[in-house]
Amino acid sequence: MSSQPTAEWDVDSVRADFPILSTRIRGKHPLVYLDNAATTQHPRAVIQALVDVYEKHYANVHRGVHWLSDHTTDLFERARDEVRQFIGAEHSHEVIFTSGTTAAINLVAHSWADRFVSPGDEILLTEMEHHANLVPWQQLAARKGCLLRHIPITDDGQLDLSQLDTLLNSRTRMLAVTAMSNVLGTCNPISQLTQAARQVGAHVLVDAAQSVPHQVTDIRQWDADFVAFSGHKMLGPTGVGVLYGRASLLDAMPPFLGGGSMIRRVRLEEFEPADLPSKFEAGTPPIAPAIGLSAAIRYLHQIGMDRIHAHELSLVNLAHRKLLEIPGIQILGPAIEHKGGIVSFTVDGVHPHDVAQLLDQDGIAIRAGHHCAMPLHKRLKVNASNRASFYFYNTAAEVEKLAESLRRVKATFRRN
Amino acid sequence: MHDPNPGSSLDGSNEEQIYQERILDHYESPYHCGACRSATHAHEDDNPLCGDVVRVELEIDPGGTIRQAWFAGDGCCVSQASASMLMEKVEGKSVDEVRKFTAEDMLQLYGPRLTPNRQKCCLLSWRVLQSAVFAPMRQDGGDE
Repeated sequence: MSSQPTAEWDVDSVRADFPILSTRIRGKHPLVYLDNAATTQHPRAVIQALVDVYEKHYANVHRGVHWLSDHTTDLFERARDEVRQFIGAEHSHEVIFTSGTTAAINLVAHSWADRFVSPGDEILLTEMEHHANLVPWQQLAARKGCLLRHIPITDDGQLDLSQLDTLLNSRTRMLAVTAMSNVLGTCNPISQLTQAARQVGAHVLVDAAQSVPHQVTDIRQWDADFVAFSGHKMLGPTGVGVLYGRASLLDAMPPFLGGGSMIRRVRLEEFEPADLPSKFEAGTPPIAPAIGLSAAIRYLHQIGMDRIHAHELSLVNLAHRKLLEIPGIQILGPAIEHKGGIVSFTVDGVHPHDVAQLLDQDGIAIRAGHHCAMPLHKRLKVNASNRASFYFYNTAAEVEKLAESLRRVKATFRRN
Repeated sequence: MHDPNPGSSLDGSNEEQIYQERILDHYESPYHCGACRSATHAHEDDNPLCGDVVRVELEIDPGGTIRQAWFAGDGCCVSQASASMLMEKVEGKSVDEVRKFTAEDMLQLYGPRLTPNRQKCCLLSWRVLQSAVFAPMRQDGGDE
């Protein structure tokens, strides 16, 4: 892998599509935005799509007989189908719009569990999960009396599958696992895991919040039962996320939230649920955000997910090389071939908050803390870390700037 | 609590001075960092958001005067330097004076203006101290 972005990549023209990238922090330093694992920025195409919704295409969906409602419904349902294509799902009614990854996982931890989990059953998670894929299952365990087990990780931040045979057993009802760690960048072998889960009859939920924005997603290849991800980590607005669910399972599950839209018929004492996907979309859905997300997907298509992935890997490659040249910097997680566009690190003798604050003085935005993965940090025996996370609009020059700025951090805390 | 930093500007330009010499000196050569052998009072707490921990141990005489103030901790420059400054400040003061030492006073003692998130770092040792003056240790040296 070359350490430079591929020759045909015109990152400058891509950057010109993102108004916020020309921001100068405190009027001085060009923004170096390396916090993409937290949320990504928006190209004009997405911003304009939102403006267009509100200026031209906005009414409530699935309600009216009036023209505008029909028109908005059409855009909203087209957005659903674009999501379906983007992830390789078979049916668009398997695509449920939620408010985000967290809401999607909570939906499964309630509705799926109501139907499929009994006391004494086991849910298998991993040590590298985001809190969003830990806490809903902890809450479920408390409600249902089921047990949580965790696939451990190796010291270099990969899943340790040596005990998978016993961890996955006849009591396992669900394996819920991240496709890409939001801290380490580790890409997990999802197809291998779903295959193993199938053999014991367990279902599989994939937290794909960090993977879907950055590489080609093929749900059929994963063969997962549920896949959750967020719009705002892939150029889209906040407030919209996706739960993909296998139709046969979604059909078997009771509705989650109750209200309008999710019903076929309501009497004073009871209701009949609507068909998919409305069954799981109670209340007015995130209409404009979903349409904005479809604009984001079209933009990503235009760039090409393969090119996005390759560009990010070249940035990670360069970042590893540059950061490891600086004495006292430790990179967390696996070797480059096992990871995506995330580089988490610690600086010996300097607290991550101080690192991030000093980088901020140079206009560089990175994350400092536990990144919503406290158990993972405990396992790695660090209180907190710094995380630089890339997207396709980041440049090699920005990585150089990060390294340069980190040298200044070392100099500030000179006596350490 | 009202805004302890009236006039702090959103552009954050005043943050430039967070890592000035005086603060780095406190961070790298802290005052009374360690255990207080004659401690009568102690308390410890953390900031779960960032994992910073501060423990304060005090020797308070029967008249209610703080004879010695020590801290131990693990955390960012702001949390540790502010703890060092605070220990230096409260020695010789009465428990009553400590009680009257407000969060605002603490931020002023620190100096450079901080964003709300970093104010939490700065106020960690202050919060621990406020509890420590009312937390006598048991005879066996443990916390009550």
